[in-house]
Order: sequence, then structure tokens, then C-alpha cells
Amino acid sequence: MKNNRRDFLKNMLLTSGGLVIGFNSLGNSNAEIISLENLKDELLSNAFLTINSNNIITIFSPNPEIGQGIKTAFAVIVAEELDVDWEKVVVEQADLDIKRFERQLTGGSGAIKHSWERLRKAGATGRYALMASAAKKWNVSAASLKTDKGFVINAKGEKISYGDLVKEAVSVEIPKEIPLKSNKEFKLIGQTIKSVDNKTVLTGKAKYGMDYKQAGMLYAQIVRPQGFGQTLKDFDAIEAKKIDGVIDVISFKDKVAIIGKSNWPIMKARKVLTINWTNTKELESDTKHNQIFTDMMKNGPFEVRRKDGDIEKAFAEAHKIIEAEYQCPFLSHSPMEPMNFFADVKTDSAKLVGPTQTPQSAQNQVAKLLNIPVENITVELTKMGGGFGRRLNNDYALEAAEVSSLIKAPVKLMWTREDDMSGGIYRPAVRYKFKASIDKAGNVTGFALKGVGLNAGNSTRQDNFPVGAIDNVLIESADYKSDITTGPWRAPITNFLAYAEQAFIDEIAFAAGKDPVKLRLELLKKAIEKPVGKITYEPARFEKVITTVAERAKWGSAKKGLHQGFSVYFSHNSYVAQIAEVEMKKGKPTLKKVFAVTDCGIVINQSGARNQIYGAIVDGLGHAMYGNLNFENGAPKQTNFDQYRLIRFNEVPEIDAYFVDNGIDPTGLGEPALPPTGGALANAIFKATGKRIYKQPFAMEDEKVADIL
Amino acid sequence: MSEYSLSINGKKLKVDVSEDTPLLWVLRDTLDLTGTKYGCGMAQCGACTIHIDGMPTRSCVTPVTLAIGKEITTIEGLSENGDHPVQQAWDTLDVPQCGFCQSGQMMTAAALLKENPNPDEEEISMAMSAHICRCGTYHRINEAVKLAAKLQKR
Ligand code: FES
Ligand code: FES
Repeated sequence: MKNNRRDFLKNMLLTSGGLVIGFNSLGNSNAEIISLENLKDELLSNAFLTINSNNIITIFSPNPEIGQGIKTAFAVIVAEELDVDWEKVVVEQADLDIKRFERQLTGGSGAIKHSWERLRKAGATGRYALMASAAKKWNVSAASLKTDKGFVINAKGEKISYGDLVKEAVSVEIPKEIPLKSNKEFKLIGQTIKSVDNKTVLTGKAKYGMDYKQAGMLYAQIVRPQGFGQTLKDFDAIEAKKIDGVIDVISFKDKVAIIGKSNWPIMKARKVLTINWTNTKELESDTKHNQIFTDMMKNGPFEVRRKDGDIEKAFAEAHKIIEAEYQCPFLSHSPMEPMNFFADVKTDSAKLVGPTQTPQSAQNQVAKLLNIPVENITVELTKMGGGFGRRLNNDYALEAAEVSSLIKAPVKLMWTREDDMSGGIYRPAVRYKFKASIDKAGNVTGFALKGVGLNAGNSTRQDNFPVGAIDNVLIESADYKSDITTGPWRAPITNFLAYAEQAFIDEIAFAAGKDPVKLRLELLKKAIEKPVGKITYEPARFEKVITTVAERAKWGSAKKGLHQGFSVYFSHNSYVAQIAEVEMKKGKPTLKKVFAVTDCGIVINQSGARNQIYGAIVDGLGHAMYGNLNFENGAPKQTNFDQYRLIRFNEVPEIDAYFVDNGIDPTGLGEPALPPTGGALANAIFKATGKRIYKQPFAMEDEKVADIL
Repeated sequence: MSEYSLSINGKKLKVDVSEDTPLLWVLRDTLDLTGTKYGCGMAQCGACTIHIDGMPTRSCVTPVTLAIGKEITTIEGLSENGDHPVQQAWDTLDVPQCGFCQSGQMMTAAALLKENPNPDEEEISMAMSAHICRCGTYHRINEAVKLAAKLQKR
């Protein structure tokens, strides 16, 4: 899709020749009506779909697809209510058009929850209009009709295709309330449906941002300061410019950009470019970070995030106190496709094409940066080689726009893997100190958490379990403004906090002499019967995933030699409980299996949902075990996959993924299965080896577990 | 810059590039065969895997000169209609998430199955562990290699 909304309509008209009557999916009055004279075919359309008289049904997916399966899931929801033959549906990625789509971003696992209702209405509205026109044609009541696979069928069994009804359907008046299917009537939702992009991906035809080209386009790479906190002093590009294929070397904002005809000459030029950087202040290092953490954990300044009851009293009266500190380093997102963006900036307009999770913000930021009216900036979404949160930040899109405006030519900015890994926007490094008290009966009476982060913002989640189930709670956070840039990383904050919390609750259980699963259930019972303060989770849904995973994994009665670790977390409105199984082989622990039970409400697509569970668990295991960036002189030591270890094929355990089927409106799945993973693994390691792990990456923390995967 | 004659996906193509240019960039930037991906540039991830005379090869570290006189196959040329057993299996089992690593994964799987039509777990693992999938699609890759082996026999 190359055009904006208006062009899209125009194009449809020109290519299919049609009268387009757009009716708004919500049935209100701002329907867009465009008609061209002397056009034969008709097109029924709303924001999310078009049906033309040739029975071509196109569904538009507005949200950025980073591998989370949203393009397929969205289309399934629309197609369900429209009641069309899935095999015949064409699904297209829509470009940025906020007026039409309202929300176009990929973050916070929020797309399905936000759009569930709207997508269903979009499909149902189409079906309503088609049924009404068929009713008129046959002179029967719409209630006597049904639909199936793109046909309206009457009581006699006669069929008429949607395409044949388009002409009349465009003038049907749409009521405010459109009936939706009941869950029982779903034909597509809940099935196993393959990704709509398989055909192009598997033949190499899919166009990722990196693959986008335009006639006359130049390539650019940027050399950024070698360490966070450095500025550009000067550079010498004489040798670099001699390389065949290099066009120019320019600088802006402490960066040096090399422009060329293709990537390889630019890469060669980078090697002979001399750049001097200035240290304007002390550059950060692991040693400095350690000092900051130690100091701030002691002295703050802490901001109180939540306070229930009287924590000091609880600690003073405790039968037992349990304390532990957990640490995690900075992490790179390292999506498989490194950052890149295309920009063609003209005096008063700009065309942007590329991979971003937040196209609207790219548009706004470029408008501001280059002083171009927002409405003159188009953003086309390409396929993306992963995101994991990295592409929420549009720094690279802005760079592309700036370079294009400086050289006055269309340009494709490419980051190398090294640029990507050393370019910042990392998951923040964080430390957590937990303290809990238990009484004689083993009840948890107090729970305190101090989170210290480096550019982490609020490193706690003060309203999440076990908060709400304990009378005395104190949650505080402190943040250090570091030169090292950070950003959300798949399941922001909770990607590590969940592990720390779940490992700590495991410690509490052992200290209280209680089974870890039973302890959680006891706490949840309390959250149901006598909740303390505000809670954001539903304890009953929590319970269900816990008891289900315990059943599936035969918790407590596992085979001899198998050591199970339990973990559960609520994130992004979904609930995931996990049990990891570790076996001791020749004195060494090996991870055999992970059970995961998920409550994300209705599962839209079994295949896509399973992919997300597998992927998130693999991601969680890999980063818990190996993920690590070390800093020296303001720069990470790891710059490519030879040093930054990612989990591989031979390291994944068997995974049992199960979904609770409760018919509740669906919530997101891109993130929720990741947070509990590290905790389940760490708790299983404890069971197998008797050793608690307090630091990521686990492999460096304890050499006995280095080969557990 | 020099002119080189290459045989890619059954076609003879001429390119004008410097002799040290990795095949990856010749394919992507010069010939617009963008199905072969760049992921690391240092033979770590496998996203750039192609076949040179049937051997799975990392195009990011293979200079163009090494391919002269040899037959290069990229994902675009793995099959005429996208129906190589590996492509069919990958589709049936819905392997891709973001999909970026998958052309490289499939090129390695296809080479493995040609060389060894009945790979066991260990052999599959040896071949496929040379690749990185950041999305974590390894379970399905494993199943898909096995399914492709079956499909290949038909
Ligand atoms: S790009 Fe060649 S192995 Fe990664
Ligand atoms: S599918 Fe995304 S990297 Fe493999």
C-alpha cells in the first residue's frame, strides 16, 4: 500500500472503476461519500474493508506487524463478522491514517483489546448492509436470511454472492446498534489460521523496510559517538571519499553520515574515516553503575509508589524476615532486522517508508524536526523484522529524514548490527531489593520492594500481585539519569521484575514452609475475600491459570529426578502461569520442559497465539540465561552476536502451551508469556541445585547452570 | 570496480562492483534480490544464507569473486512456484513470526535435506543451530524440517 486514504479511494476507483460509498464502521454520520460519474462497478467499503462487485474482499490491517501476528488476527476478526470465505480474503497492510484507524501502533500488547469491538462492528456492518439488500431483492425479512462464506442464503436455500449485492448495499442505512455474533457462532475465531504473509515471506518476496527501494535512492550509514556522553570534535573524510561508490560524507548533531550508491562502499569508507570525539564528562562503565546502584539502594532518593498498612510494624513484629536483591544488566533488543528507514524530504513535504511500531509519532516528530506540515508527511508501513519495543523509538527514522533533507535526495538509512547493538535505547539496568515478613503461622504480613534503575522511570509495578493480598506493603523506586539511552523492551520492566518477584515469593514460600503454588493460592484467596487497596488484576483468573498449570504439569507429583519451578504473572491484561522442569544429568541441571497456561480471553488464532507463547518463552529463557551488555568508556563491549549471545535451536526445551477457554473478550499476547519465564527457570534451578540465582544473565552467575538449556 | 558474470537462480547476470564486495550486497543492493537478508555481517546469524553449487553459504562473508563460475541459488530461486518441500512445510506449520530469518533458515534446511534426506534429531539440530531466530520459532522449524523430509519423498 503506497497511498494515503484519499489516494487509496481514488486508486480503487480508477482501478476497479467504482462508486465508493464509505459507511463508517460505527454507523455515525461522518461517512465519506465519493462518486465518479459513468463508473460501472461498485465498491462497498468502510475503514477496514472493501468488497467490490467482483467479489474481491480486501481487509486492511492498520497496525504495525512486527511478527506478533496482528495482521492476520485483525483480519480474522473482521472476516468473522462479515462471514466471508477466509481463503478468498485479501489482507493488506494499511499505511498511516489516524483519522481512519484511530490507533496505529504496536506496543503494550494493546491492539486486540483496543480494536476487538471496532473490528467486529466493521465486519458486522458490512454483513448487515449485504443482508438488508438481499432481503429487499427477495422481498423477505432480513431475519429469515443467513450468511456463509461470502453469500447471503434465503430460507429456500438460494444464494447470492456479496459482490452481487454491493450495488444496493451501499445505500443501506446503517443503524447505530449492529448485532454481533455470539461466541458460539464463531467459525474462524479460535481456529488454527496461518499467517497471511507466509506466501511472500517464504518466497523472499516480502518487502521489509530494509528491502524498500525507490528510483534515484541513495544509501547512508551513520557513525555515532563511540561512547554515550561523547560529542563530535572533527573528522577527516579524504580517504573515505576516494572509495568508489561513496558520494559524500557529512555531519550533523555529533554524527557523521556517509552517503553512497550502495552499502558496501559505505562500509569500507567507515573503516578509513578518521573521527575525533570529545569526552565532555566522565564516561559510564560497569564500575560506575555498580557504585550508583549501591549508593542509591542505600540512600535513594526514593519515590513512594504504594503504601498499605504499616510496614515498619509488620517487620518489627515478624516471626521471620526474608530479604534478597536481584540484578539485571542493560539489554539490546536486537530485532533480526537492524534499524533502517527511507526518507524522501522535499522543501515542504516528506515521504517516509520503513519499519516503525509508532508511525504517527514518526510523522509528528519529523514534522517538528524539519518544520514541515504534518499533513504533508506520508508514512508507509513495511514489513518488519521484529521489534521487541526497539521500533517504538523513531530515532533512526528521524536520522533518515534529516539526512535526506541535508543531501536533498531520497535516502535509505541503514544501521549495521554493530550500530544497532551499540546505538542505545536498551532495556534499562535495574536492581530490586525485596523484604518480606511472615508470622508464626507462615502468613505473609509485610512486603517491601525498592527498585533502582538507570533511566528506568518507575522500575516497579506497584499495583500488581502480590500487592492487594498483603496487609502491609511499601513499594518505592529511584531512578538515575544515565547517559545510556533506554526504552521499552518486550514487556517493559516486568520482563525482569516478574522474575525477581516470582523468585522472591518462592523464597518466602520455602521460609514459611509452604508449597509455592499453595502460597500463591492463599494470597489470592485473601485478595478475593479482603483485598488491600487498589488492585489491577482479577484474582479468580489468576487462580485458574495457576491451578490449571499445576494440574497439567502434575505439580507436586512429578517423576523422580524432575525438579519443578513455578511462576505466574499478570501483564498487559493477560495471565500466564508456568512450570519449568529441570532434570539433573551427571550432576548438571538440564531444562527439559516448560508448561504454560495462559488466559488472554478468547484466542483469536490458535496458530498465532501459540507462536507468541513459544516465542516469548524462548525469548525469556535466552535473555535470562545469556542477555548481557557490559559498559566501558561509555560504550557496550558487546557489539554483535559473536559476543551478545542469543538462544539457539538446540537450546529450547519442550513447551506445553495451553489456553484457558473462558469466552472473555480477548487481550494481548505479544508480551505476557515472557515475564514469568525467568522465574520459573530460576525456581526450578533452586529445586534442582539448592542454589538461588539473583542475577541475570544466569549463565555468568553460576557456571553449573551455564549449560542448562 | 570490475564487471563480473554471475549465474544466479539459473540466469546469467552481469554486475559491476569492487572485487571485495560480499555477495550479500551484490544480491541486495545491485540485483534487487532482497529475499536474502542482512542480520549480522559476520557469519553469526545465518539470515544471509544462499547456496553456492548447492552448498549453504553465508553470503555476508563471501566475496563476489568466489562465486564466479558457480551456480548461486537464493530464496527467490529455491523453487519456481514457491512449492519446494521446505517452503510447503514452513507454510503448513506456519513457522514465521516476523519472518526475517526464515529465508536463511529454509536455505539451510533445503541443503540439509538434499544432502541427507532422512536427518535424525541430532543432524537437524546441528544444521539449524547455526541460525538465529530472534522471534524464537525453533520448535516449528524443527517440525517443519521433519515434515519437509516427508514431503520430499512423495
Ligand atoms: S548476515 Fe550473514 S550470517 Fe548474519
Ligand atoms: S521469525 Fe523473526 S527472526 Fe525468525
